[in-house]
Amino acid sequence: MKIVFTSKGTEWVSAIDPRFGRTDYFFVYNKDSDEISTVDNRAIVETAHGAGPQTAQKLFELKPDVLITGNGPGGNAARVLAQGNIKIYVGASEMTVKEAYEAYQKGELKEF
Amino acid sequence: MKEIVVISGKGGTGKTSLTASFAVLGAQDVIVADCDVDAADMHLLLEPDFKAAENFYSGFIAKIDQEACNRCGKCVDVCRFDAIPVIDDHYIVQPLDCEGCGYCARICPVDAIKMEEQNVGDWYISTIKTGSTMVHARLGIGAENSGKLVAKVKNEAKRIADEQQKDLVLVDGSPGIGCPVVSSLSGASFVILVTEPTVSGFHDLKRVYQLVNKFGIKAGCIINKADLNPGVNQQIREFLKNNAIEHITDLPYDESFTEAMTQGKTIIEFNGGELQKIVRQSWVKIKEFVNVL
Amino acid sequence: MKIAIASGKGGTGKTTLSTNLAVYLAEKESVVLTDLDVEEPNSGLFINGELTHHENKYKMVPQWKSDSCTLCGNCREVCNFHAIVQLVDQIMVFPQLCHSCYACSELCPTDSLPMVPEKMGELREFQADKLTFIESKLDVGQEQAVPLIAQTLRYVDENYSEVMLKIYDSPPGTSCPVIEATKDADLVILITEPTPFGLHDLKLAVETMQELKKRFVVIINRYGIGNDDVVDYCDGENIPIIVKIPNSKAIAERYSRGELLYLVVPEFRAELDKLIGFIDTLNRETEQ
Repeated sequence: MKIVFTSKGTEWVSAIDPRFGRTDYFFVYNKDSDEISTVDNRAIVETAHGAGPQTAQKLFELKPDVLITGNGPGGNAARVLAQGNIKIYVGASEMTVKEAYEAYQKGELKEF
Repeated sequence: MKEIVVISGKGGTGKTSLTASFAVLGAQDVIVADCDVDAADMHLLLEPDFKAAENFYSGFIAKIDQEACNRCGKCVDVCRFDAIPVIDDHYIVQPLDCEGCGYCARICPVDAIKMEEQNVGDWYISTIKTGSTMVHARLGIGAENSGKLVAKVKNEAKRIADEQQKDLVLVDGSPGIGCPVVSSLSGASFVILVTEPTVSGFHDLKRVYQLVNKFGIKAGCIINKADLNPGVNQQIREFLKNNAIEHITDLPYDESFTEAMTQGKTIIEFNGGELQKIVRQSWVKIKEFVNVL
Repeated sequence: MKIAIASGKGGTGKTTLSTNLAVYLAEKESVVLTDLDVEEPNSGLFINGELTHHENKYKMVPQWKSDSCTLCGNCREVCNFHAIVQLVDQIMVFPQLCHSCYACSELCPTDSLPMVPEKMGELREFQADKLTFIESKLDVGQEQAVPLIAQTLRYVDENYSEVMLKIYDSPPGTSCPVIEATKDADLVILITEPTPFGLHDLKLAVETMQELKKRFVVIINRYGIGNDDVVDYCDGENIPIIVKIPNSKAIAERYSRGELLYLVVPEFRAELDKLIGFIDTLNRETEQ
């Protein structure tokens, strides 16, 4: 199972980025192999409009099973994500990636 | 770090005056971001020094190199915006009509058209009269606010808050229901909706709340000029209750806001009185909602 | 004559002025009032008319044909507005982000993105005796006001060429929608408040009108609050202030209920009379 977090940095202790479309990074945790990797999304600051679908396309290519984020994707991004059978959990705004993962495991995050 | 965003669907409800009042109350504890770039007025109350300025680029405009152009007219054929009139046998792009789609540049057989990034305004990092920092922007004529500019202003504000170890970023949000307000809301911890009990005010409140709700952000509402129309006020209260929006406070119709503004002051620096007391209490309440004391 | 009512800042009384002026003028002659503030149209809240026409408004957007598409990625590449997303085996179009430039469609090597109409909003037309009221509203989620404003203007031109007086309630601000809404106007009325915010935003609106080379005048609303800076500024720039609407809580209360002010507030009606006198003079000038 692959879990992706929107994050401010590349470590387990990095903060969750509450934004989806304009998130700085994707933090990718592959539970099966216990491996982590990150995707840099910071170039998105150059996008005037339509950041959501752009970022969603990038996420889609990672083929995740679960997305954990803060405020949840907007309408355009949600439309892309709906194509991929991705479970989305929100409400992790003020956590670190690690805390968000623990909250997810305990079932404390809200499904979008 | 918490991010409080103040919005109102309709103009003239007192959003900016209230945001500036909260900025004064929060003083050194809050970093301020003005994302209402279409009518950026908060600087009139907070006295920023416009210390660090940087150009802001957004969007593209086609430019035709007259030397290289062979006058084939293919660009005119593909342009859906009638942005390339022929003036004295020269093809000249009209900046206000060009949408920046780049179609002409792609099909020009002699590569005479370049897409140039536009300098649409400036953004600033300033020290304001409270001694704290404000990030703000100014756009040129015809330039439109964008998610990009709002994200830029907010990112800078947050970076500074991080650096100075401040707990709060206070954002004067963008108007309308388009991309800029979406970008204003993204990342918010708490949203303050400022409205007034008029048919227009209520109408626009409902429209903008649809967006806030989509993001699932906790929201509170301040009804300004609350005594103007008890009937509509009651309707707004019911709307707030049904949508689990905190009713932060009612503010009376009071011209002290305007009188204070005329002197370049917020209500907090103006004469004491009831209005100031309510605004102070509201700020305490808002800080409780976001757990910052 | 086409009169656009605009303001740099929102909430200064654009809609109040547009609706009252139009209804008042329509007591005597035919008037078309058009609400071009398509993101937040509010004029309709003040007009009681009978709905006589309703049509959906469309813009052209590409539609993906999966059978002929080779997933070459050219469409995504050429779209400067990020309105096309390519997933593993499909192309997704985001109509709200599309500017209808046709580049993706016409540059597609297999013609797999034909342009089709997509609804972006609605136009409604109402009649109340001599007043025709036209309102366009952008669907929630749509982001571009300009195409709907342009189509609404075209609708008025095509259907009401014979009506002499046309009043347009413009969107606030100084960006593209305002430019579109005021570009064909013979006269632009900028309405402001005598406060520092009002003055600051008025200056931006004035710069915009000067850039567009428009004839414009100023109306001060809520006159009596704030200070004289707006008056001094207009005097200094030789901008005529044709009307000053007094500040009053009674006016604000009537407005809050969606009432027309000129019917119940004599001071307001007197100021409207001045404005109408000014319009008459202009009309005579243009006839000569």
